[in-house]
Amino acid sequence: MSKLSRRQIITTGLAVTAGVSGLAVAAKLAGRYGLIPPDSGGIYGPGETLTYAAQRVLTRHTLAREFSSGQISKDPFANPVDPLGEEFQRFQSAAFADWRLVVDGMIARPASFSVAELKSFPARTHITMIGCEEGWTYIAEWTGVPLSHILQLVGTLPQARYVVYRSIQPDAWDSIDMAEALHPQTLVSYGMNGGELPAPFGGPLRMRVPRQLGYKNVKYINRLTITDNLKQFGKGLGSGELGAEDGYAWYAGI
Amino acid sequence: MHNARPIGTLSRMAETFSPRHALLVRVTHWLTVLSFFALLVTGVEIIISHPRFYWGETGNVNIRPLFTIPIPSSRSSVPTGYGYVLPDQNGWSRYLHFQSAWILLGTGLLYAAFGFFAGHFRRNLLPARADLSPKRFGISILQHLRFERPSAQEAWSYNVLQRLAYLVVIFLCFPLLIWTGLAMSPAFESLVPSSSLLGGHQSARTIHFFVTGFLVAFLLIHLLMIVLAGFRNRMRAMISGRVTQPQERV
Repeated sequence: MSKLSRRQIITTGLAVTAGVSGLAVAAKLAGRYGLIPPDSGGIYGPGETLTYAAQRVLTRHTLAREFSSGQISKDPFANPVDPLGEEFQRFQSAAFADWRLVVDGMIARPASFSVAELKSFPARTHITMIGCEEGWTYIAEWTGVPLSHILQLVGTLPQARYVVYRSIQPDAWDSIDMAEALHPQTLVSYGMNGGELPAPFGGPLRMRVPRQLGYKNVKYINRLTITDNLKQFGKGLGSGELGAEDGYAWYAGI
Repeated sequence: MHNARPIGTLSRMAETFSPRHALLVRVTHWLTVLSFFALLVTGVEIIISHPRFYWGETGNVNIRPLFTIPIPSSRSSVPTGYGYVLPDQNGWSRYLHFQSAWILLGTGLLYAAFGFFAGHFRRNLLPARADLSPKRFGISILQHLRFERPSAQEAWSYNVLQRLAYLVVIFLCFPLLIWTGLAMSPAFESLVPSSSLLGGHQSARTIHFFVTGFLVAFLLIHLLMIVLAGFRNRMRAMISGRVTQPQERV
């Protein structure tokens, strides 16, 4: 190798300094605008942060593709879940009349809604695809209350940043950021293909996030917690044993 | 294998060292190798969770597949005919797949910018018009079919088949791979709904698989050609840029 000239050393030094300070500025800006996901640590943090930041900048308001009614899958696949216990069966035998969606956290008016109450709110229906991280997909018509409507009813405080949703299955909790929670297609869904949402597909209530993969669409939800910090939930990765704590990315828009 | 000995040009080489491959080409080449390998391994891991391929928008175990890969799966819900289920590796595989995709994308953009603005594509990859005549083209094909060792001047330049193969990989395969990859992203599809142009979400996934297969075939032939042309020399040319072959340029 030839010896490095003084000019080369100075140029390289300047380039490295510019690069490092550029990254520092970028990281600071990203933090300020909420572009850093809760799983930004570790060796896959840089890629994950890039994905989340890029999509938050580019897709904050974009709508998931909607399909025609002719494209609805005739044989959708209900991904099997762990056996639902006796508690769920009790709710089921009472036609979910006692099922409630509790809303708490950083809100002005803590509340709890029955399925019937949710059905009385303005509904939205969309025919969208649900895609599993494994690679399979189906298209269905989903009906539910926009999550934004519920957040408006309970009076979300300005500092809120995430909505944590929990299921009757303790490991299946997950969370989304406010951009996704306020997105018009994000539903607390209770209907599928014109009927009730069948239990294998997540009934009575399923979080429907059509711009993210299936695993963010948690089944059997019964509690929403609005927060500004995901650190206090589980291991602080934003989702439970069926998500980030099992090594899966928190943001699943890809 | 023995290489042709350098013919008395070493002293001149030391004075005006000009690398066989530009530094940027060498760096981006190895970054591509690294990210492609990571994408390939993690891609296979992801396929194992659903080794079935479909055409159109939707596909799942209730739908008849276009074809299946006869391997066991990491999901019990997939009927494979095997009596066991492999461990789930999708978490880290997906993280690494997308991180590598970012590296590949950045590398590709850097390389493309260099290729266009520094004349690399025009000078080194665009075949000469004369080489595309049926006669010259035929000769090149015959030389390859006979596994002839390339001439010394080819240590400094690509032959016409090589140029065409690289152009197909750079301008067709990698863009298609990135496009079909992005078409599988539900969020990106909300920004640029392009999967219908590919035949649907599942079609995009199937094309993604076949383009990868094509690239693996390219890689195997690429390696075979390197061995045939002199592994050490060609590797050295792509690492340090040095070539220990006759320096006479053409």
